[in-house]
Amino acid sequence: MNFLTQTHGSIEVITVDADRIDAAVAIQFKDQMREAVAETGDRVILNLENVAFIDSSGLGAIVAAMKLMPDGKKLELAGLTTTVDKVFRMTRMDSIFAIHSDVDSAVQNAA
Amino acid sequence: MHSAQGQDDHALRFVLPSNPSAVRETLAEARTVLIGRGVNESAFGTCELVLAEVLNNIVEHAYNDSGEGHIKVELTLNDQELAARIEDSGTAMPDEQLPTGALASLDVPVEDLPEGGFGWFMIRSITQELTYRRKDGVNFLDFTIPLSELG
Repeated sequence: MNFLTQTHGSIEVITVDADRIDAAVAIQFKDQMREAVAETGDRVILNLENVAFIDSSGLGAIVAAMKLMPDGKKLELAGLTTTVDKVFRMTRMDSIFAIHSDVDSAVQNAA
Repeated sequence: MHSAQGQDDHALRFVLPSNPSAVRETLAEARTVLIGRGVNESAFGTCELVLAEVLNNIVEHAYNDSGEGHIKVELTLNDQELAARIEDSGTAMPDEQLPTGALASLDVPVEDLPEGGFGWFMIRSITQELTYRRKDGVNFLDFTIPLSELG
């Protein structure tokens, strides 16, 4: 699984270059997120626009990644596709994460 | 790996080994066939979610991540619903009953947020006519997914 990391000022955008975060890759995802968020800017935005599917393991790994954020910083999400959005809404995890329609609006809007 | 799809009727049948990559392959094959039969992307995404949860639970719990054992999947597409029967020869459900699938509270500090327990909640939220039975060392799970309510 590849991550593309870009910095916009003090904002770090992590783009997941995979079409699934599922049981087969959840542990790998979590491990890579641990590295990716170790030294972050003021905000970290996880861009999921390429991810067509997550299952409960993938959701758990994203929650786990939130807990890895240093200094109580929040992990924000952007670019949720239809099924990914459905998983967040169904489990009410959409109430836990700041969710932006896409990276551009995430970067423009303060959390 | 996989058995061939359906016979002369509309049922799709798979027999897959119990591991996460076989689950992925099965879901990809089911996608190809069901989308080809007119299920829209969004509705398939919902079906895929349920099937992924059910199959991964079997891999992880019924077969305890051993990588051994097989899972049988039979899917029947009707106008209004997808009917599924899933069989495995792994361990029975605890007390031979389906998990309740209650969501843990989210009104907690970030470090205490749940990282699991979503699977059965989602299965129960989406499916109808969900039944489980254990007979002669085999787990049978049946359910339907209404397609007409999915956008």
